[in-house]
Amino acid sequence: MSAKDNFLKVKHLYNRAGFGVSYTDLQKLSKKNLDKVVDNLLKDSQKNDPINLVNDYESKRQLLVQAGLYSKKDLSDEEKKMRQQIVREQNEVSRDLNIAFITKMINTDAPLREKMTLFWHGHFACRSNNPFFAQQLNNIQRTNALGSFKALLVEVSKSPAMLQYLNNQQNRKGKPNENFARELMELFTLGRGNYTEQDIKESARSFTGWMYDKDGSFIFRQNLHDAGTKTFFGKIGNFEGENIIDIILEKPETSQFIARKVYKFFVNDNPNETHIKELATHFYNSKYDIASMMKKMFTSDWFYSPENVGTKIKSPTEFLVGLSREFYVTYNKPQVLIQLQSSLGQYLFNPPNVAGWPGGQSWIDSSSLMLRMRIPSLVLNDGEIDFSGKADPEDEAVIALSRTATTNANANTKPKSYVNANADWPKFLDTLPKGLTPLALTEFLLQPKLNAKITSMVSDNKGLRSTAVEITSMPEYQLC
Amino acid sequence: MNRRNFLRNTGFVAAGSLFVPAFMKPLEAMALDELSLYKNLVVVQLSGGNDGLNTVIPFGNDIYYQKRKSIAIKPEEVIKLNDMQGLNPNMAALQEIYDQGWMTIINDVGYPNPDRSHFRSMDIWQTGSDSNQFLSTGWIGRYLDSNCQTCKFPYTAIEVDDSLSLAMKGQTKKGIALKDPAALFRNTNDPFFKAMLQNDKEHLDEDNLGYLYKTMIETSSSANYIQNTSKIYQSKSTYPTSGFANQLKTVSKFISSGLKTRVYYVSLSGFDTHVNQIGQQGNLLKQYSEGMAAFLKDLKSNNKLEDTLVVTFSEFGRRVEQNASNGTDHGTANNMFVFGGKLKKQGIFNAAPNLSDLDTGDLKYQLDFRQVYGTILDKWLDVNNADILNKKFNTLDFI
Repeated sequence: MSAKDNFLKVKHLYNRAGFGVSYTDLQKLSKKNLDKVVDNLLKDSQKNDPINLVNDYESKRQLLVQAGLYSKKDLSDEEKKMRQQIVREQNEVSRDLNIAFITKMINTDAPLREKMTLFWHGHFACRSNNPFFAQQLNNIQRTNALGSFKALLVEVSKSPAMLQYLNNQQNRKGKPNENFARELMELFTLGRGNYTEQDIKESARSFTGWMYDKDGSFIFRQNLHDAGTKTFFGKIGNFEGENIIDIILEKPETSQFIARKVYKFFVNDNPNETHIKELATHFYNSKYDIASMMKKMFTSDWFYSPENVGTKIKSPTEFLVGLSREFYVTYNKPQVLIQLQSSLGQYLFNPPNVAGWPGGQSWIDSSSLMLRMRIPSLVLNDGEIDFSGKADPEDEAVIALSRTATTNANANTKPKSYVNANADWPKFLDTLPKGLTPLALTEFLLQPKLNAKITSMVSDNKGLRSTAVEITSMPEYQLC
Repeated sequence: MNRRNFLRNTGFVAAGSLFVPAFMKPLEAMALDELSLYKNLVVVQLSGGNDGLNTVIPFGNDIYYQKRKSIAIKPEEVIKLNDMQGLNPNMAALQEIYDQGWMTIINDVGYPNPDRSHFRSMDIWQTGSDSNQFLSTGWIGRYLDSNCQTCKFPYTAIEVDDSLSLAMKGQTKKGIALKDPAALFRNTNDPFFKAMLQNDKEHLDEDNLGYLYKTMIETSSSANYIQNTSKIYQSKSTYPTSGFANQLKTVSKFISSGLKTRVYYVSLSGFDTHVNQIGQQGNLLKQYSEGMAAFLKDLKSNNKLEDTLVVTFSEFGRRVEQNASNGTDHGTANNMFVFGGKLKKQGIFNAAPNLSDLDTGDLKYQLDFRQVYGTILDKWLDVNNADILNKKFNTLDFI
């Protein structure tokens, strides 16, 4: 294998398994054997650094106050104010949590763990108004990102965020709510067509009593649990929630469903059935060991074949994180990252529904593509933002409250706003070898193979900085 | 678009131009009959869950006054439409429209197993899905995919906004979002953007890079077409000063200048009125009504009202009983409004909500929202609604 060949493979690996790689690191890593590089990547990602932004004590206090207020019928003016204050604080902390997650991806030295957390963030898609719940679920996804899928699935199923989002809190003996049981099989494990309505009904009974208590901890409420006999996939027994999860994992369809999703996220939007089967079998035989499946994928020859390199459309998160990481960008008003996520169609912690973001070509329409092509010059050159994006439906109550009789809703005149970010150009340029040509920089920054047009566009370029802005504004930069 | 689809798409070209794919023909060269009977649909989304019962007020029903002690609109303030229902006083601008026969009110529109989350219910309305089904394409997007005679251009569906709603995204075709045609035109005529599009033939493949280039080319040609067609048009009508009215003014400019667009999408948000509803909702309804009245009259003066159908929806209505904060909480069925110069059934379309037969405090729906979509698809956009909505919905006779 030529040195250049290994250089390109390692670059591909780090683009897909992480959020890119600096030139210096790439040079160092390319000297190693590819299997060693994969081992290194996994070793780096053993480090688990959870987000500890939302204070446990303060959130529990708020939950208790909130529970008290919600159970009351008539609130005094003071209590109303208190409730509004809590909602306001929660919204604010939710925004901070969003920024903490994306900032972590930008700065992490455990890139595979964060990439995998992003994958599970979309797989176990969930919305919660309560930032403590949201942080807890995010940390469950991070901690178990590369561990046992079973442990991850059980912890997610017991998290207050998911219990609330999929209405298991209302799932009780005699009055089952099937929402969680349905999504567990349709979207989290088996996929459509691999279970019956009867399986949903029976498993919903098994999850009765899985709830969270007033201070936001999982609790199994025996008195609300339906302890009767259930028939699930032909098996008859006194099944409880964890038994159901075990039976689901015994079915190879679960490993196939997860392997397909992993393949589509890390390799190619167009599934290759042979490769997916290889992954699924490996995953199943390893007893659902996620790291083992990832290693299998990253060490397979097909992972590096031309149809899988530089051909995937970056998600908005991959695009924003990759750009910010590459150029060591700091955001003086990090709120802008939320505005960008929302305008590009991937507002973290706010997936469109429990099925997550559809991905692939659905990221791109005329407005999102135009914006993507302008963002590098906005971020790297501190340009003016002339778009406002849409309000999130969950923010409607805040919008309604913030409008007085005289304000002009959806007014057109807005003060100018700027990205207000700093790219650390000296640091970036320092990572590049001396005498690197604009063409070689282009080759490094883009994942698709260069064509004659791009080669001629940059061949007359003088500066590396202007070349970088130009290259990252190209449609080719949208691919990884 | 894959190549096979692409070839199929060009199969409908009229005899006489057999070997010229439709997309290569300049618009001017299109046969007149392709452009005649050109009908526009304008979708107006009220985001946040508008309280339908304080919009079209059932003042003839005592239960309304019993359940809404502090926020009911007094009978003497209601703009009466019949002896049961009338409009919120902030909607005075629509009285004239209603009297002209340009407005239809459809009561109690909803769907089975309603969802009370804003996000989820908006998703259901925009995709036209069942409540336990997750679709990643919107109902207008699937109309664009359906290969209709006039869907070949990306500007067939325009959203006057910064970003494109799910409703407008199909599998292979998507609408275009723009707030300001001149700004988009400037961006696509930027020298860098133009340079990227030069000699791009090698990229017109079926892969993702090909898809990006195809999107750029379509954006650029749409931006040129929209800007060049609409820049000469000057509206003589005056619109109120609000963002919403501005959106409608842009739509009117597009329709009146003869843009070959079939669907427009605009939205107004802030309807999630849990607290002190009266002032907030009143303000929004005033903006909505004054904007709509100016828009419809503008279309009338340009002889476009008969070719235009406007439909207004919100993701859900609100509970019949008010809450303790002088507001209302998330409910289910809601009214929809239809406007146009050629309505078959004008005025109030169906029975007023039955306030004594509720489903745990919520209105029961009389009509599925997909019957309204289905009617528009079948009778206005000339496609078979089953192809777009995945099953056949019975149509209604408001158009």
